[in-house]
Amino acid sequence: MHEPAEYTIEPSEGRVLDWGELWRYRELFYFFTWRDIKIKYKQATLGFLWAILQPLFMMVIFTLFFGKALNIPSQNLPYPIYVFSGLLIWNLFSTGLTNASNSMVNNASIIKKIYFPRLIIPVSSILVALFDFLMAFILFVPILLFYQQSVSLSALVLWPVALIIAIVATLGLGSWLAALNVKYRDFRYVIPFLIQVLFFLSPVIYPISLLKYPILQYILACSPMLAAVELFRYPLTGIFPDGYFLGISLLSGVVLLAIGVLYFKRAEDFFADFA
Amino acid sequence: MLTLLDMKPILEIQNIGKKYRIQHLAGGYLSLRERMANALKFERNTAEDFWALKAVSFEVQPGESIGIIGRNGAGKSTLLKILSKITPPTSGKIVSRGRIASLLEVGTGFHPELTGRENIFFNGSLLGMKRIEISAKFDEIVDFSGVEKFLDTPLKHYSSGMQLRLAFAVAAFLEPEILIIDEVLAVGDAEFQKKCMNKMGEVVREGRTIIFVSHNLSAVKNLCGKAILIENGTIRSEGQASSVLDDYVSSNLEATENSIDLSQIKRNNFEGALRFGAIKFAKSVLQFGENIVFSLVLFAELNLLLSDINIAIAINDSNGACLIHASNEFVNIRLGFHGDQMSYIVNITNNLRPGRYSITLFLRAKGIIQDWLTDVVAFTIEDGNPYGYSNTNMIQGLTLPEFSIIAT
Repeated sequence: MHEPAEYTIEPSEGRVLDWGELWRYRELFYFFTWRDIKIKYKQATLGFLWAILQPLFMMVIFTLFFGKALNIPSQNLPYPIYVFSGLLIWNLFSTGLTNASNSMVNNASIIKKIYFPRLIIPVSSILVALFDFLMAFILFVPILLFYQQSVSLSALVLWPVALIIAIVATLGLGSWLAALNVKYRDFRYVIPFLIQVLFFLSPVIYPISLLKYPILQYILACSPMLAAVELFRYPLTGIFPDGYFLGISLLSGVVLLAIGVLYFKRAEDFFADFA
Repeated sequence: MLTLLDMKPILEIQNIGKKYRIQHLAGGYLSLRERMANALKFERNTAEDFWALKAVSFEVQPGESIGIIGRNGAGKSTLLKILSKITPPTSGKIVSRGRIASLLEVGTGFHPELTGRENIFFNGSLLGMKRIEISAKFDEIVDFSGVEKFLDTPLKHYSSGMQLRLAFAVAAFLEPEILIIDEVLAVGDAEFQKKCMNKMGEVVREGRTIIFVSHNLSAVKNLCGKAILIENGTIRSEGQASSVLDDYVSSNLEATENSIDLSQIKRNNFEGALRFGAIKFAKSVLQFGENIVFSLVLFAELNLLLSDINIAIAINDSNGACLIHASNEFVNIRLGFHGDQMSYIVNITNNLRPGRYSITLFLRAKGIIQDWLTDVVAFTIEDGNPYGYSNTNMIQGLTLPEFSIIAT
């Protein structure tokens, strides 16, 4: 990695993101992601199939209980498609968030011995979740065909946009929790709980319109995943999400990203001492 | 043309300081509850500040190899971490004019589930090599490591020796302008250590700039032209390696017939309940051939009852070579400790050549290192002339045993 010819090492007051440095270390993003994917699936006989099987099982269970038994409305979509499309993007968030939150602690031995921009670690752990997303997406196509679901052309734009929103949300919250987890190991126990709560606060298995009180709807809109899920579904449902909700959700995603990354950068100094 | 005078130092360390807050943490890290409890108590933070490094400045010229020596807890590792950018300094500044690679250990990031091949790529990339660089050197790395047969076997099936060889092989092919090395040589068998030393000697001769942090004085003497002695976070002396090494040895406490207090010596690394409290010599200056006799006092803050402790003593010369290594474990003597203080008598026969020697004390109990004082006390063996030969400079041996050479 070619450093600039002359550089300084100084006390790090008010350090901001150094894009040039991240670019110089770009290969490490690849190597960390590659390593984690390899390790994750190496000892599993079914290997990559798990990335497909997990959302499939979840879809079946939610369809049986929420779709059939409770008869939850699903914005004119067959309930399996409704829930699978939601789970697809939700799992990117939940897996990415879990990975990222534990990533700094899991890589403590490396952090103590070698320098590289620390942000590479949570980002790469989210890229691992993106890999799982792509695998599950492969299954999404036959499901769409099976139900003969029409998909509007807007998907070409909105799916990548939803993906980016989900990644932004994951990175914001993930890098924040990753840094907090290094300092306070309590967060290890908070994260699964947090994800569980956010799951029920996001329109993954039920539409937001199901809630009768507008105040509740506004609270739900604070989740950055609302925008991701709704925009991801739009090419299927044709129902565009409420502008206010969308705005709130997008704003919360951006705010989280700023808080998360800035806290992470500020915390960078003590990683080697606490990890 | 560049003359030496025009050449800027490749590394300028300017007034570096590093402060740590010492909080007495139960688990080694903060818990949120403690933090909140402290906030509720409206107490001023009781943490004390500890300066691991204070106003450290030096320069490194291109092509120089510098050894950094000092006792445990003197601040060597902190300096190393700052130079490697792992932790930022609290004050001061370092200007670097070259690409730094630091080897604080070999095999960082090795994963047991990955194959040898995969680990080479991941580890190499962590060390700062580009993928194409690793691919280009791959065959050489494999060759050097000698594990070609097992390249596609997961690392967990490797012996520890094989893992070490593979790890060192990757590191050996780093080509930074400045190489910072911690005591990576302290691991592995003698043959492996020799291989490492040879490789490092090669690197030095190539004109690469090296900063080498070590306890191993003879390694420093062999590899480095210059040395820096760090004591209590500051530079005590700096200059020609040989003179700094002499200073290091003479900076030790001097053996006396009075009891020397060891309890106040700063220890950072070992938090044992049992410590060396004092050492007292039977004679402060020995004649050649006289037994080395001293008593050691161990103390504990609380009463302890231990049935099996291990006291080890190493006697090193001023080049850092270990000439005598004695431990009750080696000779199957069982030692115990009870109460809060006990003393032990050490008696070692010797035929060391006249000169200055230092003593390292090591204490282990309940499976953990309780205390470790490197080169803590120095003593002198007076000029004796056991062989009756007039030109003593001719005699090279580090020990002067009795011998006979006769015609048959």
